[in-house]
Amino acid sequence: MFKFNKEQAENWSTMGPRAMFGQFMLNLGKRVKKLMVLSGDLGRSSGLDRFKKKFPEKYLSVGICEQNLIGVASGLSREGFKVFVTSFAPFLSMRASEQIRMNLGYMGHKVNIVALGSGVSMAYLGNSHFGLEDINCIRSIPGINISCPADCAELGKTIYDYALNERGPSYIRLTGIPGRKKTFEKDFKYKFGKLIQLSNGSDALILSHGSVVSECKTAVNNLKLSNINCSLINVSSLRPLDNAIFDKIKKHKTIFIVEEHFSVGGLYSIISEHLIKFNIKKKVLGLNLGNNFGPTGTYQYLLDYHKLSSSKIEKAISKEIK
Amino acid sequence: MINFSKKLRKNILFAANHSGEASHLGGSLSMVEILSCLYSKILKQEKKSIFILSKGHAFLGLFSCLYQIKKIKKKDFLSFQTSGSEFIAHPIMDLKKGIESSNGSLGQGLSFGVGIAIAKKKKKEKGNVYILIGDGECYEGSIWEAAITATENNLDNLVVIIDSNGFQNDGEISSKMKTKNLVKKWKGFEWDVQRCNGHNLNELVQLIKPSKLNKPKAIIAQTIKGKGISFMENNNDWHHGRLTAKLYQKALKDII
Repeated sequence: MFKFNKEQAENWSTMGPRAMFGQFMLNLGKRVKKLMVLSGDLGRSSGLDRFKKKFPEKYLSVGICEQNLIGVASGLSREGFKVFVTSFAPFLSMRASEQIRMNLGYMGHKVNIVALGSGVSMAYLGNSHFGLEDINCIRSIPGINISCPADCAELGKTIYDYALNERGPSYIRLTGIPGRKKTFEKDFKYKFGKLIQLSNGSDALILSHGSVVSECKTAVNNLKLSNINCSLINVSSLRPLDNAIFDKIKKHKTIFIVEEHFSVGGLYSIISEHLIKFNIKKKVLGLNLGNNFGPTGTYQYLLDYHKLSSSKIEKAISKEIK
Repeated sequence: MINFSKKLRKNILFAANHSGEASHLGGSLSMVEILSCLYSKILKQEKKSIFILSKGHAFLGLFSCLYQIKKIKKKDFLSFQTSGSEFIAHPIMDLKKGIESSNGSLGQGLSFGVGIAIAKKKKKEKGNVYILIGDGECYEGSIWEAAITATENNLDNLVVIIDSNGFQNDGEISSKMKTKNLVKKWKGFEWDVQRCNGHNLNELVQLIKPSKLNKPKAIIAQTIKGKGISFMENNNDWHHGRLTAKLYQKALKDII
């Protein structure tokens, strides 16, 4: 089990999700006997330098060839290894999309994909490196679990869960940068595929995943001061989707879906499809990256530009509720 | 092995004819001797070795071969390319029946096999990985990505056989991708490269074994598309063609 530690949680946040992924793997290196961590020449960007030194036999870089990376990972998985694969989100979800479809989807090889720097977290590296369509791409392929941890503590729980249990084939989506605000200040209950309610309020329901959950949390706290009370739910598991979400939705008139992804194919699409299927009529507002390639800049600048910063989220909600 | 090949050609024709649909006869017939070598000899001796058909469209050939060695039942054999059947133009993974991977999208089998070969090394497990790819398939960039990983990891438990039949979907392959140049290309990727007549069983048996040079091995097997059936040989209409009762009988006469 992954141990939450209040003081360490601050350090985890300071280090950021990519470095922490590497650190968590380092901790797991001894425990998971048949562990293999593969990278497409992005070991350093995955915080895996120390892992590579300590467990050279459990690490493999195949160079810059993501299609091949997925194929090799699948061969290792077939032979009983617990495989984690890392590269930047679009290079895996798009460049190697068909390899993922055949190997993880069609054949069901239990590879865990760790998509680094998704959303707009690659900041100045620009749209070529952003994960804007990755959820859309992966969720159109059957059978692949999708997890989007809200902060490094949840990332830790997710990675431990995936490494110590059979959760593959899966896609773990890392968003956020070093020094981000934590979502979880104290220990919390993580269960695979389950949503986590972060606040209760009857004025609106906010569903979110990834690094922007902490922005939502700040927004919700500020809205309380103007007497607007919102429920905030962290939907880190997009597949499987916790069915409890629909009871929550039924209790609210207005639903906000906040995510660092294009409007097409993310949580906004997932929820909308379900609401139509179950004939649930609600006002659903998506706060997301729209469907245009935007500018580049610092992470905070980009969140603000796309109206995903806490103050912009707060504004959007209060405008709608008042 | 000669009898195995003859029987295999007959089974291929039978399945194709029985389905009544167009099927990939040309590319299945060109690899008959390669499959015969593997399934009547090599894989019988090497219980821990596996075979992956990366040129998935030639599944008709592999399927008929698996029927011949009794991995696939008669009932299933007769279901080839019928609605709802698991046995169609391209392989659908079924380990019990000896189908090691789902293929059909070209250029993917080699990476998968490289992963298995690396795993075998890590587990210190016996057995080799044999992969059959097409010459047309060598246009896929992912083949060369995998070729690099194979040399970087000194995969001397990996043997790739290239069915160099000189044709692809739309017709004859360019000279740049014919046997002579394929040898150069694979050599450039630092593989142990051997060239042979892909219909000569003795040559194939000699060559289809792991390299002793601490490298992966590539065998460029020069073959004839549609081999063994006179009206199909080097006639790309039979890349994916439908037999009539008359043509089926005519084809059978060629197999003596």
